[in-house]
Amino acid sequence: MRRTLIAIAGLGLASMAQAQEVSPLNVAFDEYGEIAESLTGTPGDPAAGQKVMATKSMGNCVACHQITGLDAAFQGTVGPSLDGAGDRWEVAQLRGIVADAKKTFPDTVMPGFYKVQGFIRPGNAFTGKAGTEPLPPLLNATQIEDVVAYLVTLKE
Amino acid sequence: MNKTGLLMTAVALVASGVWAQDDNQLVINGEIEIITDAPAPEYISGLDTIYSGWRFRQPAMQQLEMDDFENPASLAIDDAVEQWSMVEGSEGKSCASCHEDVEDSMAGVRAVYPKWNEGAGEVRTLANQINTCRTENMGAEAWKYDGTQMTGAEALIGMQSRGMPVNVAVDGPAHETWKKGEEMYYTRYGQLELSCASCHEENYDNYIRADHLSQGQINGFPAFRLKQNRLIQTHNRFKGCIRDTRAETFSPGSPEFVALELYVASRGNGLSVEAPSVRP
Repeated sequence: MRRTLIAIAGLGLASMAQAQEVSPLNVAFDEYGEIAESLTGTPGDPAAGQKVMATKSMGNCVACHQITGLDAAFQGTVGPSLDGAGDRWEVAQLRGIVADAKKTFPDTVMPGFYKVQGFIRPGNAFTGKAGTEPLPPLLNATQIEDVVAYLVTLKE
Repeated sequence: MNKTGLLMTAVALVASGVWAQDDNQLVINGEIEIITDAPAPEYISGLDTIYSGWRFRQPAMQQLEMDDFENPASLAIDDAVEQWSMVEGSEGKSCASCHEDVEDSMAGVRAVYPKWNEGAGEVRTLANQINTCRTENMGAEAWKYDGTQMTGAEALIGMQSRGMPVNVAVDGPAHETWKKGEEMYYTRYGQLELSCASCHEENYDNYIRADHLSQGQINGFPAFRLKQNRLIQTHNRFKGCIRDTRAETFSPGSPEFVALELYVASRGNGLSVEAPSVRP
């Protein structure tokens, strides 16, 4: 009886944890820079992800990347085209790259969108003044999952 | 990176040739020939050829710099000419009291700054030197490092070297400062973890949205920046660039920016001085 109760309580905790967001401080990257577990525990929304990627005040991914199917003017050329990203990468790889691309490509110029500390002279957003780590992430967990959900739809 | 990723990178590299900086030649007022490309100095391992920022601009904007009557910096130059002979401070002197005609006395000066000052035992920028002149020789107050008067004076002095190759010393007593500047250039600042090199060495000629990335050369500074509608001083631009990496930036006139200016200037050794340039 007692043991069963403990087991049930344990299950309850596990499912609660799943429904909770993974803090940027607790993201589990594997040795290749991949993140197997969803950061939110719920599936991302591709349409919302598309908006995050195209909007300057949000991800602004098109500042550097090109996506043929995305309605955004002046797409940048610093990063590779993301057309077909969903063919080339697994979900865990995409999640890892969006959250902190340097774990996958150590020399990339791509910022970590779910990285909050370990910076040189961290600032308070774009004020030029000092910020205090951990900084707010560039995108929140939901936005990361939305972007990943959109990227997996990019098939050629 | 998997094979497809490599292929994509290769395609992107080839494709970037489409937007290569143009071949236009800069001649100002139909007579001052400006060198806008040159072999990279041997101490710059990341570049083969150096290019003035002018080469990355649209023809209509390039045109603004080809004729001083069209250059929007000309009003600031007029003010600076007036300032040159304005007596200020306890010694009853103006710049002209000692340096007489700016066109003669200041020819070649911009090209070698920042420069080691033996008496002071430090590297000094042109702005440092102007302020030292004001406080020590004129008995006048120092100007704000990147203020309107300083920036105008720098533009006026810079103009007298137009067409002459930038030639700052990187060795000798300035070398230690130069090394500090080099280290800063490759330091990835802020939450975006971007160094100067991330954009201006690794990615010049690429676009960040509509911005065509140049090599970040400063041979044209102070530059009239249309976005801000005024002359912009080198340290002011450095400050903005580092701020834009979501970092705690440095102050104009700080030792860090003096070192960075020396290093960045040296990356342009061989390009002509073209201050005041016109940029977006």
